[in-house]
Amino acid sequence: MSNIMPQPKTDPIIPFPLNVETVRRDFPILDIHVGEKPLIYLDNAASTQKPQVVIDAIQRYYMLQNANIHRGVHYLSQKATDAYEEARRKTARFINAESEDEVVFVRGTTEAINLVATSWGSRYILEGDEIIISHLEHHANIVPWQMLCERVGAHLKVIPINDDGDLDLDAYEELLSDQTRIVAIGHVSNAIGTVNPIKTMIKTAHSRGIPVLIDGAQSAPHFPIDVQDLDCDFFIASAHKFYGPTGIGFLYGKAHQLDAMPPYQGGGDMIQTVTLEKSTYKKAPGRFEAGTPNIAGAIAMGAAIDYLEHIGRANIVTYEQELITYAKERLQKVEGLSLIGEPAEQAGAVSFALDSVHPHDIGTILDKKGIAVRAGHHCAQPLMKRLGVPATARASFAFYNTKEEIDSLSVALEKIRDLFV
Amino acid sequence: MSDLTDLYQEIILDHNKRPRNFGKIDQPTHFAEGHNPLCGDELSIFLDVQNDKIDDVSFDGQGCAISKASASLMTERLKGKTVEEAREVISEVRKLLIGPEESEPDLETLGDIAALEGVKKFAVRVKCATLAWHALEAALEGKSTTSTE
Ligand SMILES: Cc1ncc(COP(=O)(O)O)c(C=O)c1O
Repeated sequence: MSNIMPQPKTDPIIPFPLNVETVRRDFPILDIHVGEKPLIYLDNAASTQKPQVVIDAIQRYYMLQNANIHRGVHYLSQKATDAYEEARRKTARFINAESEDEVVFVRGTTEAINLVATSWGSRYILEGDEIIISHLEHHANIVPWQMLCERVGAHLKVIPINDDGDLDLDAYEELLSDQTRIVAIGHVSNAIGTVNPIKTMIKTAHSRGIPVLIDGAQSAPHFPIDVQDLDCDFFIASAHKFYGPTGIGFLYGKAHQLDAMPPYQGGGDMIQTVTLEKSTYKKAPGRFEAGTPNIAGAIAMGAAIDYLEHIGRANIVTYEQELITYAKERLQKVEGLSLIGEPAEQAGAVSFALDSVHPHDIGTILDKKGIAVRAGHHCAQPLMKRLGVPATARASFAFYNTKEEIDSLSVALEKIRDLFV
Repeated sequence: MSDLTDLYQEIILDHNKRPRNFGKIDQPTHFAEGHNPLCGDELSIFLDVQNDKIDDVSFDGQGCAISKASASLMTERLKGKTVEEAREVISEVRKLLIGPEESEPDLETLGDIAALEGVKKFAVRVKCATLAWHALEAALEGKSTTSTE
């Protein structure tokens, strides 16, 4: 290695248990100011910030490793290919996949769900078949299935929720029928933080021979994931929500599922042989990675995984649970504030309403105080409708957030209420 | 914080808290729904136009302080005006909210609506302020829905 490069911080003091001040130093952006105010970033469910090691990995790739993969015999192509495939092994380890061949690199959660709906769907979904999703889903886990249903004449069935924002599991069991071909559900709701009991839900579906896809966009950032223990057929996440870059994510699929699926896109890199009459395709995962992929992104996603393992996934769970418990307690002390959704188990995000103050007004005023939250429908319009609100304000957390930041948010909300009510 | 006090002027806070002409009109001659897909806000505008004069105008729906105040100010300003006069107000509002930097809207035509000027500094909120006006234009043109996108 040359020394012109910022070296990755290979050996910082292991923060055990998680020391938030130490951790914050790993994220350069947390030092910026919004106008005069220090940034308080509480929009982590939309996208997390990136630690220096991830930024370095991208720079290192372009400075020392850049070339196309799986193609050249030259030095750089080999280096890039090695780093890319190493990232696949890291991703497999991250979710405890049995083999790295079960990991397909994609642009993100949205692309992965579209890939399964298109490819798996074209093989298995016929007219009259049923697909089950839930009322909590992000649009990314609704629209691709609707498109598939429209294409082939299948039906979308929706697991209802109760007023707390938990899935109605009895209704789920009743929805499972001889026509059900797949269950596609989120692990954690991005809008209200519900953690779904996916392990038992997977078991129930499997007892009837129905495969299950898990949208893990909001769980991979917060919990250790073990796809073998969950026994899910597909598990999907976006790197940018777990401290990696945008434009990269992964689709895990059980080997027998992936192997039975036709290609998604055609092109270079996904073929074995091409003649003008007919082509044959690679096995998974290569079959699903047509064209030059986001090589730097995959490698940097690998760096994010290393970083999370270095912080300690169990440490993250402990710290974040404490944080969200505190947030719920503190926010409820704000006069006129009501939490939206009070699920039995909650992670990542807290949605709330403040009397009749519209979330957008809350968002604009908080922004002027340096506080970033999300105000809107959170790409979950059916859920908003079910909860009877057009939009909510949402604070979502990462392990670099502090109780002091939650206090600042709460004080700001108190002032907003004084202004509007 | 001065940008914020420009945005949330007293007049705006007041119209948000006590929106004028809020609710449906029984048999409107013109009607349109405005939709802001960015935030899911929806406003409906109702007009009762007789002999080219706006005898009554109201709005309904849900939105943020800016979109509600904008709609409320609009109804207050337009009631009793001719359609022709209403179009003049629309054109000044356009200058006020989305016109180039140097445009100078006619403050007399605008009246209290001029309080929306501060919105200009908040690019993402401009569509909140224009929603009701898009709906008004659609209603006058005989379309029943419109969107800010
Ligand atoms: C639960 C859930 N699913 C899917 C997505 C879509 O992820 P992406 O935009 O990275 O494809 C998101 C992110 O917004 C999400 O929170």
